[in-house]
Amino acid sequence: MRAAEALARAGLKPILFDEAERPGGQIYRQPPTAAGHTASTIYGFEARKAEAVHRVLHDCGDRVDYRPKTLVWNLFGRRLDLLTGDGHATQSFDRLILATGAMDRTLPFAGWTLPGVFTLGGAQIALKAQGVAIGRRVAFVGAGPLLPLVTHQYAKAGVEVVAALDATPFSAKVAQVRGLLAAPSTFAKGLWYTARNRVRGVGIRNGVRALRVEGGERVEALVWRDASGTEHRVECDAVGASFGLRAEAQLADLAGCRFAFAAELRQWMPERTPEGRSSIPEVYLAGDGARIGGADVAELQGARTALALLEDLGRGVDRGAVARLDRALARQARFRHALDAAYPFPRHLVDAIGDAEIVCRCEGITAGTLRQAARDREAGEVNRAKALTRVGMGRCQGRVCGEAAAELVAQASGRELERVGRLRGQPPVKPIPIVVAAQ
Amino acid sequence: MAALFHRLVDRRGEPVPFTIDGEPASAQRGDLLITALLLQRTTLRRFEFGPAHRAGFCLMAACQDCWVLLADGRRVRACSTVVEPGMAVLVEGDGPG
Repeated sequence: MRAAEALARAGLKPILFDEAERPGGQIYRQPPTAAGHTASTIYGFEARKAEAVHRVLHDCGDRVDYRPKTLVWNLFGRRLDLLTGDGHATQSFDRLILATGAMDRTLPFAGWTLPGVFTLGGAQIALKAQGVAIGRRVAFVGAGPLLPLVTHQYAKAGVEVVAALDATPFSAKVAQVRGLLAAPSTFAKGLWYTARNRVRGVGIRNGVRALRVEGGERVEALVWRDASGTEHRVECDAVGASFGLRAEAQLADLAGCRFAFAAELRQWMPERTPEGRSSIPEVYLAGDGARIGGADVAELQGARTALALLEDLGRGVDRGAVARLDRALARQARFRHALDAAYPFPRHLVDAIGDAEIVCRCEGITAGTLRQAARDREAGEVNRAKALTRVGMGRCQGRVCGEAAAELVAQASGRELERVGRLRGQPPVKPIPIVVAAQ
Repeated sequence: MAALFHRLVDRRGEPVPFTIDGEPASAQRGDLLITALLLQRTTLRRFEFGPAHRAGFCLMAACQDCWVLLADGRRVRACSTVVEPGMAVLVEGDGPG
């Protein structure tokens, strides 16, 4: 939205395709319009920022051509294929800014497919967008700053949070305090959530090792091992569990953008210059859809990327604004670097995945099947493993299973994660009715 | 049947009558279909590849776990579809094969 706003201010009339019904993405997700004004939105500290973001499009008026409830399901050359309320449509473009956001980074654990297990992001959306809790006695598991935030939001809303478990070590956070102070107000907020959680008796346990959900037809308990190896069991009726975030970069992939492997994050992401340019001249990238940076970074990058686009069109831009944005982004980058190190990817949870666990939720493929293919059928590359086992072929197209699958293939084949590669993207990026594809 | 979700904020929205496997149910205007269903049950659909059920996962239209079948033949993603009066959801009626 910040990108659209900057382009509109420069006299362009950008088209903004939004898959959702209302602006705000997921971080500032709004309840459905039908919920009316009585719907409560629980943003805490971020209420003012959320309101500001929601107002952007309103203030732009008809200077931005806003197309909600429109799925961009394919990109080919300079043409987009769209699914709208009226069926199929196409849109050609001269320049494209992709701000496609992120989803939770998920890892399999025993019992994770039981009804009642959701991602941390999902637990938060239930609260924000619907005013519901995922359960009455909820356990949260995470490996990122979302964990203290969601724990705080649920506890504040009066839900019984029976456990808040961090799969990363406390020492990693202590080691990063200096870097985290690059964004002092964000750091202070984090401390506030931690303090409030402790006061409410929901102190976060760090360094958590294996976990498993127990239950017949739905979640009944969470069993976990603490840093010293002691096993604990807590009764609950819902679990919110996910381990950081991952970029939704499917359209960048279809656009032909070059991807690079970030070893410290153990993730692939599209290459992006600090100004927002990709390896494809007409395509720009902003926000979590290129690299996880959080809501503030997304706003800054949206504005900065629009200025890069305007420069590329030969238009003059406010150099003062560019310098301010670059300085703010550099500061945020220092903070982000520290935050990523404070919450390192919990590789020990990959080791803990038993052969009988489902890795591919869509198709029900187990870790054992995937490991065997990697070992015995020389499927040491993730697309070959997909072809042999079907992991990644389901409706989610590898969103949920892809990273865990690559880790498992790397382990079983004895190869470095980077060599295992990443799942090749293909259209449609999300399921569409077949009649639309035929149009 | 037990439920997964429970309301923290009662919008006191207009009631939205719908059905689940033919049985009458009620939601509030503004409820997503996933909310409407999980406020009164623990499952959304049968899993196609084994004897299990699913109840959604990410709530942000990414994981594709929450697709439900309607009696009129449409399949909709429950977390991105607002419940409408008269929607006829089939949960146990959506068998494998």
